[in-house]
Amino acid sequence: MNIYLKNGTLIDPLSGRDETLDVLIVDGVIEKVGKSVAADRLFTVVDLKGKIVSPGLIDMHVHLREPGFEHKETIETGCRSAAAGGFTAICCMPNTSPAIDDESVARYVHEKGKSVCDGIVDVHPIAAATKGRKGTELSPIAELVQAGAVGFSDDGSPIASAEIMRRVLEYCSMYDAPVIQHAEEAALTEGGSMNEGFVSTRLGLRGIPPIAEELMVARDLILLQYVRSARYHVAHVSATRTVELIRRAKSEGLNVSCEVTPHHFTLTDAAVESFDTNTKMNPPLRTQEDVMAMKEGLRDGTIDVIATDHAPHTIDEKEVEYTVAPFGIVGLETAIGLSITELVRQKYITMFQLIEKLSTNPRRLLRLPEIVIAEGTPANLTLIDPTMDWTVDIRRFQSKSKNSPFHGRALVGRSIGIINHGKILLTG
Amino acid sequence: MGSPKLQGRHLLGLDGISKEDIVMILDTAKSFREVLDRPIKKVPPLQGKTIVNLFFESSTRTRISFELAERRLSADVVNFAASGSSVSKGETLKDTARNIEAMKIDMVVIRHSSPGSAHFLSRVVDANVINAGDGEHEHPTQALLDMYTLREKYGTLEGLRVCIVGDITHSRVARSNIFGLRTMGAEVSVCGPATLIPHDIEALGAKVYHRIEDIIPRVDALNVLRIQLERQQSGLFPSLREYHRYFGVTIDRISKAPKPITILHPGPINRDVEISADVADSEHSVILEQVTNGVAIRMAVLYLLGSTN
Repeated sequence: MNIYLKNGTLIDPLSGRDETLDVLIVDGVIEKVGKSVAADRLFTVVDLKGKIVSPGLIDMHVHLREPGFEHKETIETGCRSAAAGGFTAICCMPNTSPAIDDESVARYVHEKGKSVCDGIVDVHPIAAATKGRKGTELSPIAELVQAGAVGFSDDGSPIASAEIMRRVLEYCSMYDAPVIQHAEEAALTEGGSMNEGFVSTRLGLRGIPPIAEELMVARDLILLQYVRSARYHVAHVSATRTVELIRRAKSEGLNVSCEVTPHHFTLTDAAVESFDTNTKMNPPLRTQEDVMAMKEGLRDGTIDVIATDHAPHTIDEKEVEYTVAPFGIVGLETAIGLSITELVRQKYITMFQLIEKLSTNPRRLLRLPEIVIAEGTPANLTLIDPTMDWTVDIRRFQSKSKNSPFHGRALVGRSIGIINHGKILLTG
Repeated sequence: MGSPKLQGRHLLGLDGISKEDIVMILDTAKSFREVLDRPIKKVPPLQGKTIVNLFFESSTRTRISFELAERRLSADVVNFAASGSSVSKGETLKDTARNIEAMKIDMVVIRHSSPGSAHFLSRVVDANVINAGDGEHEHPTQALLDMYTLREKYGTLEGLRVCIVGDITHSRVARSNIFGLRTMGAEVSVCGPATLIPHDIEALGAKVYHRIEDIIPRVDALNVLRIQLERQQSGLFPSLREYHRYFGVTIDRISKAPKPITILHPGPINRDVEISADVADSEHSVILEQVTNGVAIRMAVLYLLGSTN
């Protein structure tokens, strides 16, 4: 298919471009980038005046639930949700059943991604760091890399033992694969449903203190100092001192990176006062001070990546007592809107930086091919309307699950389409 | 003139409840308290109303107190008891609630181990919901009867100095008392081991003490909470003996106060653990008055909410 993207603002961090240009795509490859390009053949023309042409976005923290929990989400519905949210690639976490801890499961997930939604969304598995995510034996890391795993994590649970963490870092370093830690010192969080602080005291809910995250990150950074060849990535940071620890480690030259979710830079634990179980996630929503620390970390580059921790659960699973409800919310379809509304419009970061955090940086961390919007390169693009006013409506989600605390929230900016592997999906 | 009305349709907690509503409940309870001293203790206002007592956590005194209050207001009463969470019994709380709704119940009194379960219920049923204790969150009728008892004794709650002693972290009684007493203008403090005082409690307006000797000279009343052995097993305090020695309310300690101190306890008491037997049985103690007043408070709440339908 031939596509003519007309008058869009090209924002391409790798080439440093930020200007209004036309893009011609022929058979999935960018044939021409320039001003007032002449279309000499039959093209599908997309007028993008006032809109943005970005390298394809990736969400490096998604729970697809297949295999094992297909009632919450399947690879297909997850990819549909990703496409609607503006992502041309996602990484799926290994806490499926069975876990992604051997070649066959990793291949299944990777290949299934190609067969759903016309293959427009790439699915890259993050494999379990330990067998069954039990934290005791290393998973077959080399074989998993061979099968397409782009990182290793026991996400949902921390890699708790310092000894095992050390060995995972060492082993993964041979393949230049990042170790992604769900940082939580479990002895401090038992029975917790929300952030420990004034609000948990008021509501009588047991707390998950920020020190549980900070302690685990501090320990891991000390391990990383010892295993210098490893690469360490902290999933979903939520606490002020976690960001401070990572900032200092980076200044000391350690190979550390981290991500934050849109809900952690948007909401505080005050949202829990409603006892709405869509405010229950792990790590929990923290305080206003922590929200500001997330924004500052994004601004100064300490936080490299925005990732959603998309965690689908059915309505019946969520409509229960707060302490009984599972942790997590869906995020793919609200990520761009929340990021533009909370970060770009409030001038914490520029659109250019936002695209780095949603595309360039995560792709570099995962060693995925770079996307440069230039002649002769495959077209892997996300089209964004940065000024569109819209209201989140969970009934319109493509995800199988609707567990979002943002229903009814007014946002600015959303994806209007994606292009990948010669296919275009317009959603705007 | 119509009957008085509370601002909401439910009583989920005292957090955010207005002073006017609290005063209305306490004043209404006073007239019901008089009824309880009559030879015939039954009055007709809730005749034809059906109330279910939905107890997911075992409770003897609170359930009996509610049931007595309901029967004395001439309501029809159904009791539903199930231990453990709704999940462990295979039916969700929402389904249980819908079933009850289908039986055309007017009011639900709920006791549940999960904070927010009364709020949850109020969102899924049309009936009036009364929280009889939701986990470690709130127990509003207990705090109301505590306040009623204190107001009877001192005439006002304004400026009254009350200290809640014991395991504050795990206590719904403590939270509801702090919310209610603060709204009524009382001065509230808490006293207990540092491991049993929740994070940021000062922000709720309660001053923190760790020595019972320090607080006794500064208060009019102590509300003594039951200490549970399971907290020792989870590492929160060393032993009941040490607790009694350092935090126990004893005659020795309270006799050092410049003026007589009133002792409240939500029950059931552990004699010679958080409170010594001689204090529990002394003229300082209003523990049994609390029990009687509890019925009047629950009648008042049921009456005020039942009349809004």
